[in-house]
Amino acid sequence: MTTVGEPGTKEVLSLDELEAVSGLRTGRKHILAILVENKPGVLTRIAGLFARRGFNIDTLAVGPTDDETVSRITLTLDGAVHPIDQVTKQLHKLVNVLKIRDLEPGETLARELALFKVSADGAARAEVMQICEIFRAKVVDVTKRSVIVEVTGDCEKVDAFEALVRPFGLIEMARTGEIAISRGRSET
Amino acid sequence: MRAVDALMECLKAEGVDVVFGLPGGANLPTYDAFYDAGIRHILVRHEAGGGHAAEGYAKATGKVGVSLGTSGPGATNLVTPICDAMMDSVPVVFLTGQVRTELLGTDGFQEADMIGITMPIVKHSFMIQHPLEIPRTLHEAFHIARTGRPGPVVVDIPQDLSRADIPYEPVDDVHLPGYQPTTEGNQKQIRIAAKALASARRPVIYAGGGVVSGNAAAELLELATADRFPVTCTIMGLGGFPAPHDQWLGMLGMHGLRAANYAIDEADLIVAVGARFDDRITGKLSEFAPRAKFIHIDVDPAEISKNVPAHIPIVGDAKNILPRLTAEYRAQAPDPARLEEWWSRIRTWRERHPLGFGDSADSEIKPQFMVKALYEATGGDAIVTSDVGQHQMWAAQYYNFLQPRRWINSGGLGTMGFGLPAAMGAKVGCPDQTVVCIAGDGSVQMNMQELATCAQEGIDIKVFIMNNGYLGMVRQWQELFWDKRYSQVDMGQWPDFVKLAEAYGATGIRLQDKTTLVTDMQAAIATPGPVLVDVRVTREENTYPMIAPGAAARDMVG
Repeated sequence: MTTVGEPGTKEVLSLDELEAVSGLRTGRKHILAILVENKPGVLTRIAGLFARRGFNIDTLAVGPTDDETVSRITLTLDGAVHPIDQVTKQLHKLVNVLKIRDLEPGETLARELALFKVSADGAARAEVMQICEIFRAKVVDVTKRSVIVEVTGDCEKVDAFEALVRPFGLIEMARTGEIAISRGRSET
Repeated sequence: MRAVDALMECLKAEGVDVVFGLPGGANLPTYDAFYDAGIRHILVRHEAGGGHAAEGYAKATGKVGVSLGTSGPGATNLVTPICDAMMDSVPVVFLTGQVRTELLGTDGFQEADMIGITMPIVKHSFMIQHPLEIPRTLHEAFHIARTGRPGPVVVDIPQDLSRADIPYEPVDDVHLPGYQPTTEGNQKQIRIAAKALASARRPVIYAGGGVVSGNAAAELLELATADRFPVTCTIMGLGGFPAPHDQWLGMLGMHGLRAANYAIDEADLIVAVGARFDDRITGKLSEFAPRAKFIHIDVDPAEISKNVPAHIPIVGDAKNILPRLTAEYRAQAPDPARLEEWWSRIRTWRERHPLGFGDSADSEIKPQFMVKALYEATGGDAIVTSDVGQHQMWAAQYYNFLQPRRWINSGGLGTMGFGLPAAMGAKVGCPDQTVVCIAGDGSVQMNMQELATCAQEGIDIKVFIMNNGYLGMVRQWQELFWDKRYSQVDMGQWPDFVKLAEAYGATGIRLQDKTTLVTDMQAAIATPGPVLVDVRVTREENTYPMIAPGAAARDMVG
């Protein structure tokens, strides 16, 4: 909130100066890093909370941390649709949630892994390989009529790759959803 | 010792002197331990009755209530009380039996995934995975239920684990790294709030159930009287501010008083204390208090700015915050004369729109008259529980509560059948108080069976049924908003409540004469043991005033 009036002085505070803090819709993608106790049912509690409050999860990735009693959930959602402060406050109410960080886009390293199965025969294959080279993607399987490509990067890069290979015939695709960590020395 | 005996030790260490429950296969070991544990166990007739009794006990005493059920249907019967306790922030620990671990997930006999079923309606829940966890988990459950914003905690205990032999050592600390409620309240925010109050010309204090459950009624009175701040309470907050007080505006919201709703409508500053801006309070949200800035004090940060954006949020316990806010306010030394104009406006509303009803000319009992008569018959000094519907609203309007924890109702979930078992629990918790239930003839039948419990245990509750032979509130809505097409609301004159009371071993009385109502009620209250009084009231009376659904507060009708 905007701080009005200097605390500790007798200066009168005008009500007009007060600004409300409300369900903040930021209009951007948010990456939440959530540290939770590694106990049964914790993911269900989080998923259930989102369903019940009408929040949509865009991507979700769960994995271990350096501490075996703690798991890390990386969750992305759209701040244009959801009041992000309500989401984090409701998450904090879950007893098994230890820490939540709404990662700042500029201060964050985000990556996801994707596998693309693309139909590629003859001339098309060379073209796909060329795109892979530009994206530093790896071809991990080749048959006569298709290739499987492994791509890592932030979700925009993976989106861009998808857009480029789709015209060749995208047979199927699997994406992990982003995991993220803050840049620099400080801990998430 | 057996894990269940350790469980008894934990209950005793938590100061539990009474529990409400019903045994079954999966919690046989627990009941074997109750046999000589020295904890009073009240055998209810339906688990829902036990759950609501534990809520009534908790609301009346401020202590954590305990309710037990077996696995499967025993546990699912507790779902409504659990949800009710969640909505109204009632500290209750629910101990449910579960099938043996080898049967888990196999659709075993009386197996229900209680943790899954209740996940959206608990403050927290624990599934016991190992017998050694039982003592610590139980203390954690009590700690979570009682602290911060109180609420229900479910502990599900598989039958085989509860029979295990474990070394028991008392647990005297709980360690919950993910659970640390903020209770203090930020001093800087408190100072800003004091300044806002000092410059407000049309302030209103809007107090909710948090004032009652946070034991902050005295602190609220202190703040309100630091100047002449008008005070209104939600239905959950009644008793949080003494109703006869000159600064009391009455209840606000859908069936609140005009003075209270109009004051909110015109206020320039609203101080919400332990309240959550429910839709029954705000009416049409976009037109709620359009001129006001909001100070919102609540122990649950997620309530702040959930429905109405707060200008000055203060997270913490009202009991900690209010005295500091009062002190900071006094330090501002504001001019009390600035509120004169506001009070003259409020006085006009009070004079023009007092709470009232058209009384009958003959001996017919109007429902509003019934509540006033009960107020007189109890000297205004009883614990009053209620069910849900018209009678609940009239009770809230006409029984002027002086103190907190005297008004016990189901506000958030609106659970019919809450009142009778809640009265039972309240009486067990406060045996020296007069406990009455104002029930509806529809509602009371939903947990009627607990009269047998009261008769057997000698629990001295007096249930006054406001009998109009209708599901009255639904009938009112059908009359007002559905062209008077009365669909499935006429309950007729069944059952015969007097005979039913007698069958249960209670005293049954029928009252239908206004002229002797107060003395007849006094006689009923003086009758020993549980008493069921069938009070016949006007059949088609509407609860007014009213904010129609979706309308703004200033457009109250009736």
